[in-house]
Amino acid sequence: MAEQHLPMLSLRGLTRRFGGLTAVDAIDLDLARGELISIIGPNGAGKTTLFNLVTGLDRPDAGTVSFAGQDITGLSPERLAGHGIARTFQLGRVFGNLSVMDNVLIGAHTRLRAVKPAVPAIGPLLELGLALLRPASVKAEEERLREEVKTILARFGERLLPRIEQPAYSLSYANRRRIEIARALALKPRLLLLDEPTAGMNPTETAEMQALVAELKAEGLTILLIEHKLEMVMRLSDRVIVMDEGKKIAEGPGEQVRSDPKVIEAYLGHGLSGKAEQESAA
Amino acid sequence: MASWLDYTINGLIVGNVYALVAVGLALIFGVSRLINFAQGSIYLVGAYIGWVAVVQLHTPLPLTIIVVAVAAAIVGLIIERFGLRPLQNSVRIAPLLATIGISFVLDQLVMLTFSPNPRALPSQLPDVRFQVGNGTIGPLDLLIAGVGITSALLLFVFLRYTKLGWAVRATAQDRDAAMQMGVDVNRVNQAVFGIAAALGGVSGMLVGMYYNQIDTAMSLQATLKGVVAEVVGGAGNVPGAVVGSLLLGLVESYGVAVFGTSYRNLFAFLLLVVVLVLRPNGLFASARQAPPEPLTGTFIAPSRPVRIPRWASVLAVGGFAILPLLPVSFYVLQTLINAWLLGMLALSLTLVAGTVGQVSLGHAALLAIGAYTAALLSLTFSVPVGLAIIGGGLMSAALGTLLISPSFRLRGHYVSIATLAIGEIVSLVILNWESVTRGPIGISGIPPLSLFGYDLISPSSVYWFSLAVMVVLALLQGRLLTSHLGRSFRAIRDDDIAARAYGLSLNRYKSLAFIFGGFAAGVSGGIAAHLYSYINHETFNTQQSILALTVVILGGLGNVVGAVLGSVALVGLPEVFRIAAEYRILIYGIVLLLLVRFRPQGLLGTI
Repeated sequence: MAEQHLPMLSLRGLTRRFGGLTAVDAIDLDLARGELISIIGPNGAGKTTLFNLVTGLDRPDAGTVSFAGQDITGLSPERLAGHGIARTFQLGRVFGNLSVMDNVLIGAHTRLRAVKPAVPAIGPLLELGLALLRPASVKAEEERLREEVKTILARFGERLLPRIEQPAYSLSYANRRRIEIARALALKPRLLLLDEPTAGMNPTETAEMQALVAELKAEGLTILLIEHKLEMVMRLSDRVIVMDEGKKIAEGPGEQVRSDPKVIEAYLGHGLSGKAEQESAA
Repeated sequence: MASWLDYTINGLIVGNVYALVAVGLALIFGVSRLINFAQGSIYLVGAYIGWVAVVQLHTPLPLTIIVVAVAAAIVGLIIERFGLRPLQNSVRIAPLLATIGISFVLDQLVMLTFSPNPRALPSQLPDVRFQVGNGTIGPLDLLIAGVGITSALLLFVFLRYTKLGWAVRATAQDRDAAMQMGVDVNRVNQAVFGIAAALGGVSGMLVGMYYNQIDTAMSLQATLKGVVAEVVGGAGNVPGAVVGSLLLGLVESYGVAVFGTSYRNLFAFLLLVVVLVLRPNGLFASARQAPPEPLTGTFIAPSRPVRIPRWASVLAVGGFAILPLLPVSFYVLQTLINAWLLGMLALSLTLVAGTVGQVSLGHAALLAIGAYTAALLSLTFSVPVGLAIIGGGLMSAALGTLLISPSFRLRGHYVSIATLAIGEIVSLVILNWESVTRGPIGISGIPPLSLFGYDLISPSSVYWFSLAVMVVLALLQGRLLTSHLGRSFRAIRDDDIAARAYGLSLNRYKSLAFIFGGFAAGVSGGIAAHLYSYINHETFNTQQSILALTVVILGGLGNVVGAVLGSVALVGLPEVFRIAAEYRILIYGIVLLLLVRFRPQGLLGTI
């Protein structure tokens, strides 16, 4: 019950330096259950680095990450996946030689129970044995997950279902991005991190993606979103966080953030924004 | 009794020789992110050209050096132009495999031209020693040091003050940006290969003079030492390669001083493994960064595998099973028995290299572990042969996985280097651990194959036994590939970062693949030991590792049916055409090159 009131994700003073550059600089953030926060900011602002810190692909130099009240700072990505954190990648990281079905099944890997008994020490050997022997329970689990994958793929209409047995490398760019999201959903995530899900998509495809994210939010999923398309950000987000040079420079509802002079300055550059103000005053 | 100063001088001189090889490797890695496994072959070519110049043409020393440098550089340019440039837009694994193929072709050509017997390469310098402190130094030591220092200076001037040198450095930093700025990347590659080859060739000649002996086994040793020095210094780091080489020379020299000559290489490879595990980017590298995001897995060639209908496989196995009942010669059965044994090794390697993407170059070590375990179990402990073979498989699975586990966090070419080194370490341990392995004498009198008390002596019974074991292993592996483990292995191969983000532990799944693959290879080794009745530390060598890799690529990476088909093709066809043994390795090298160039997905396709 107390857990219900804790934020799903909570960052405190999260910092990551690369040599002289501070890519993520003392970021604080609280993401409530069922909330959707968008992170925007110019290229190189540190958004993807922040994602990498939350998902364990990179370790922070300072600060903490808590997930549902539990300190998860510095845990490995595979442990974090087990906690129910799923992400997509900025440029897309599908498994090129795997079929669409297998790509999405990998998303459900952390949910395998029958074939992956939680036995210490000899667990991996049991897994090998069960994979070869395939008792009824293992078969049933695999069958159930395959059906589930089809349900997830049906969310994308006829985009992926007809190509379910094709290798991912043969699909279009937009379809590979969809596979990534389907894979993330197969994990049944408690927290979903989307890194520019509409990058490189045309307006129709973007609208579809936006509708899907809205649907996920309506279903109660907690989402952290990196996105450049401001219209989508404004429509979907409960709150917007603006990053620039590793720092959080603004936070709040979309409209408020959009008119924040610091944000305009970050996007347009120092000299330019001053000039723009003068011009609008004149 | 030589003094410590002598060992230090020796270490530095040998280090200088390694540096000539390693600097070339570092330059090539810098501009093309490729570990050139053919570098040792150029070194070999240099040694033999030196021999021709000195012994047959009687050239004076300065001219000998120039002739060797120019001739080796030409070989390097040919390799770059015809072996590697066509692969520029190919998958990342392709150039690595191509350099392995090239090294086989070059080594074999040298062997066919000059015969495998060692030759003396006189040093052309007066044989005197100067007293330095309590050690001595000879003119050849000074020459090697002089060549090393002069080459380093020339290289420094070239990279620092010439336009082409700037282009080389620019390409090493950012190939795409250099191309956009108008740098002719092909010319840079040419320059780098030419320089690397010239240095490698001269190095081979100097080593030949130093030991007054050259032979074809030098090639692999030089590649290994150069790679060790380069990785210790940090791949692509030219000054690092020099420091790494001197360090390697000293470590070896002091190791020899303390433990004896047969431990020399063991220290080199242990140094490599320690560096790979603790500082995979070398001693002088900055912190590692996550690799860029690929759009799709590009390490192996994408392909649609050829589907073999079940009835065709059943028919083929049935056909081979009734073969001994037909009037075929003993020779045919013998050949196919070898094919089945190689098939088991290829099954193992296709799982590890193809399905999980860990291109192992030391796979024969698993055979050796299985063979020694099985042989010692049945000889020393009188374990029934069938159980001893299974014991060999289990030992290979356990020990092989344990040995390779430190390299689980490495990727791409580093895995190949680590497996190559671990393979060499296994062979060296077998050589030196005399109380258990009987050292260089080997194990003889291993009992013949038998099953439930019945000896399998006739060729047909051995044939059926090995065919049956291979078919069972292939069926098991096929079943493994259709399970969740199959897709997990392939996911790790295609993108290990994404795989980890979805909960796949690399240690766990790479271990499982090596356990399964190690068992198959160990069983193959165990059967071979009882079949041959005699084994030693050279029975299972790097050539077999490379042969197995060629088989696997021929069949299609990860492809179970392909592994078997490839084994039959590569073992059977040379026999059918009665090709002499010394030409076979040449043919394997050429097959590998042609495959990488024209059909990287193999006959039946990558799975």
